[in-house]
Amino acid sequence: MTDAILKVKDITKTFPGVKALDKVSFDIRPGEVHALVGENGAGKSTLMKTLAGLHQPDSGEIVYQGKTIQVAGPLDARQKGILLIHQELSLSPELSVAENIYLGAWPTNRFGVLKKRELRRNATAALEALGCGFGPDARVGTLSVAMQQMVEIARAEAFSANVVIFDEPTASLTDTEKDQLFHTIRSLKERGVGIVYISHKMDEIFDITDRITVLRDGQVQGTLDTSETDLNQITRMMIGRTLDTFFVKAKEEFGAEVLRVEGLSKQGLFRDVSFSVHEGEVLGLYGLVGAGRSEVVETIFGVRKADAGTLYWKEGEIDLPAARQSIDMGMALVPESRKEQGLVLMMGGRENTSLPHLRLFSELSVMNRTKEMAVFEKYRSALSIKTTGPDQPVSLLSGGNQQKFVLAKWLCADPKLIILDEPTRGIDVGSKSAIHELIADLAEQGLAVIVISSEMPEVLGVSHRVLAMSEGDVVAEFTGDEMTEENLIDAVSHHTQQVAAE
Amino acid sequence: MDISLSGLLRRHGLIVAFLVFLAGVALNADAFLTAGNILDVLRQVSITGMMALGVTFVVLTGRLDLSVGSLLTLLTVIVVDQHNSAGPFAAIVMTLGAGLAIGAFNGILVGFIGLNALIVTLAMLSFLQGLVLFYSGGSNVNIANAQDTWFAVFGRGDFLGIPVPVILFLLGALVAGLVLQFTTLGRRIYGVGGNETASIFSGIDARWTVFWTYVISGFTTGVAAIIMGSRVMGAQNTIGQGYELTVLAGVILGGTSLLGGSGSVWRTVLGISMLGFIQNGLLLLGFAYYVQWLVTWAVIIIAVWIDLGAKRGRIFA
Repeated sequence: MTDAILKVKDITKTFPGVKALDKVSFDIRPGEVHALVGENGAGKSTLMKTLAGLHQPDSGEIVYQGKTIQVAGPLDARQKGILLIHQELSLSPELSVAENIYLGAWPTNRFGVLKKRELRRNATAALEALGCGFGPDARVGTLSVAMQQMVEIARAEAFSANVVIFDEPTASLTDTEKDQLFHTIRSLKERGVGIVYISHKMDEIFDITDRITVLRDGQVQGTLDTSETDLNQITRMMIGRTLDTFFVKAKEEFGAEVLRVEGLSKQGLFRDVSFSVHEGEVLGLYGLVGAGRSEVVETIFGVRKADAGTLYWKEGEIDLPAARQSIDMGMALVPESRKEQGLVLMMGGRENTSLPHLRLFSELSVMNRTKEMAVFEKYRSALSIKTTGPDQPVSLLSGGNQQKFVLAKWLCADPKLIILDEPTRGIDVGSKSAIHELIADLAEQGLAVIVISSEMPEVLGVSHRVLAMSEGDVVAEFTGDEMTEENLIDAVSHHTQQVAAE
Repeated sequence: MDISLSGLLRRHGLIVAFLVFLAGVALNADAFLTAGNILDVLRQVSITGMMALGVTFVVLTGRLDLSVGSLLTLLTVIVVDQHNSAGPFAAIVMTLGAGLAIGAFNGILVGFIGLNALIVTLAMLSFLQGLVLFYSGGSNVNIANAQDTWFAVFGRGDFLGIPVPVILFLLGALVAGLVLQFTTLGRRIYGVGGNETASIFSGIDARWTVFWTYVISGFTTGVAAIIMGSRVMGAQNTIGQGYELTVLAGVILGGTSLLGGSGSVWRTVLGISMLGFIQNGLLLLGFAYYVQWLVTWAVIIIAVWIDLGAKRGRIFA
C-alpha cells in the first residue's frame, strides 16, 4: 500500500460554543479519490478549510510529504501543493483566465511589474494539460460555471498540486459538464495527485471515489473502501444514533383535522406535498438536510411562497396565508435556526415572547407591560427558563434556554397547530428531554403538532405518524409498527438512488 | 459592576471625553457656561435635534435617511413662500404634508421595493435640491410681514424664559420616546432592526414598519423646517445643506447603532446636544465656523468605530 501524501493527526478545532472538529485523523494517498461525507455541520468544510490554511487548528498536526507543516493561508497552501476548489468559486470575474490561475502569485520582475508573457505562457500550458477549450485571455466573468471551475483546476497544474480538494464541485453543473469534470479528476488521479471529494450526492461518491471517510459531529466515524461498502451503511454512519433516550409519546386520542395540505409545490424545492394533521396528533417529518422539509413548513406558515397547492384549515379551504394571518389563525412555527429566525437576540425574554402577538399584548397600540410581565413570568417558571430577568438579552442565554423562549413566544397565544423544526438541535440533553415531554403534553392538550427532525430516534420516539421526505418528495408514510429506523433509511436511500438513476 | 476608571472610560468614554472638553472650553472662554449661551446652543440644536428624532426611527431599523438635508431646504422654502401667499396656517399644513409625502416616497422605495436605503435617500437628497430650485426659481424668499406674524413664535418665541423651539424639540423627543418605548410600532421597529428575519417569522410586516419610519422622518423634518423658517424669517436655497450629516452624527454620537435594533430617543437628544456644545465651544475658542465640518467627520468615524468595535469585540478588521 502506498504511503499517504497528506496525513491529518488528531486535529481539534473549536469555535465559540461548538467543537467543530474533535481529534480528527485521516489520510490521503497519491492517486486516490477520497470522499468526505457527513451531514451539514459534521465538520467537513472546517476540516478542508483547516487544510487550506483558512483556519488554524487548536491542536493536532498536519503531516505533508513526511513532514509536519503549518499552513499559513490559502496562498501558502497552494504554493505547498495543496489546492482547495471552493463550493463558491474563488475567482475574480474581471480578470483574465491567466491572471486568475495565478491569482495572488503573479510572476513579477524586481520592480513589481507583471511579467505578462511568462504568465500567459504558463497559463496556456496548464490549460492545455487539462484539455480546456478556451484560452488564457478570456475574461473569467464571461465563462460558464463549468469553465470557471476548470480555471480553478488549472491552478492544480500551474502549482503542481499534490493534493486537490473539491468541495461540492457538481452543485451547479449539468450532466455533461459533470462527466467532463470526472474525466479531469481521473486524469489528475492517474498522475498521482491525491484528491479529496466532498459531496452530498451519494451516487457521485460511489461512482468516483476509492475510499470514504464519514464525519459526524466533528468526529470521524470511520474510513471504508468504497468497493466494500454500500449506501445503507454510509447513511447509517452519517446519521448515527444518539444514546438511547427515553421518549414519551402522547396518548393516541385524535380529534378533528386541523390542517390539510394538498399538492403543495415549489419549483426546485419540493413537489406535490400532501398530508394532514389532527388535534392531539404528533406528525413527524423526517429527511436529510436538503430534503425540503423546512421549506415545506415555512411555505405553509407563510414566510415563503408556493407555486401551487391548497390548504384546508379546520376543514375549510383557505388561501395560502401570510405569516400574520397564519399566526392569527392559530399556527405557530418554531423555526430551524434559533438565532437567525427565532429570536431577536438583543431583546430580552419579555419582548421576544410578545413579538408575534403585539396586538394581543396591547390596547390601542399601546403595549401592556403588566400583561407582558405576567406572561413572561408564567413561562419562565412553566418551562424553568434560566434568565436573570425579563430584559436580559437572550443572546446571553444557553441554547436550551433560548429555545425555551422560542417555545414560550408561540405557546403564549394558545396555538391550534405548532410546527417544530429541529426543536432540539444544538441544545443540551436535559433541555432535550424537557422539550420531548412538552411535545407530548401539547398533543394531549389537543394541539396538532408537526415535528421535523433529522434525528431518527427523536422523530420516531415522539411521533404517531412519520412522513419521509427526500429531494423534495414525500416518499413514504409510516405508522405503528412500520415506524422503524430500517424503514426510514430504506425509504430515503431507495428514493435517492432512484433520483440518481433518472 | 466595574467602577474602575478604565471601566468607566470603556463604557462612557465618549461622555467622559465630552466633559473634559466642556471643562477645557469653560476655562478658556468665560461666555461658554452662561445661561444665555447655553440657551443659544439649545435653540440651534432644536432644529437638527427635531430632524434627528425622526432619523432615529429610521436608523433603529438598520437603515439611513440622508435626504433630510435637502428636505429641510425644500420645506423651509415652502413654508416661507406659502406664508406670504396662503397665510401661516395653510403654510404649516402644506409643509407638514409635503414632508409626510416625501417620507412616504422614500418609505415605498426602501420598504416595499427593497432598494438600498443609502442610495435611495442620497438620490433623494440630490432630487430635492433640484426641486428647491424649480420651486424658488433660484431666488431666496423672505417673509414679507416679519414683524407682525404669529408664525414668529416657533423660532423666536419664549415661554417662561425657555425658547419655544427648545420646548418643541423636547416635546417632540418625549412623544418620540413614548412611541418607541410603549407602542406596538416601537416594538416592531426594534424587532426589525434587531433581527429582520426573526421579525418576519413572527408575522411582523417589515415593509410597513420601514415605511412608517421614513414617514416619521419626513414629518419631523417638516416641523424642523417650520422652526427654521420662523427663526430666519426667510429661506435660502442652501439653508439645509449638510444637515443630513450633522443629524446622522448626532444620532450615532448618542450611541444608536447604525446596525439597527439598539438605541433610543434620549440617546439622540444627548448626542445632538453634545454635538451642539462641541461646535459652539470651538467657535468660542476662536476656530472658524467651518471647523464644524471637520468635527462632524471625526464624530461620525469615532462613533461608528466604537459601535462596531464593541459589537465584534476588537478594534481592527
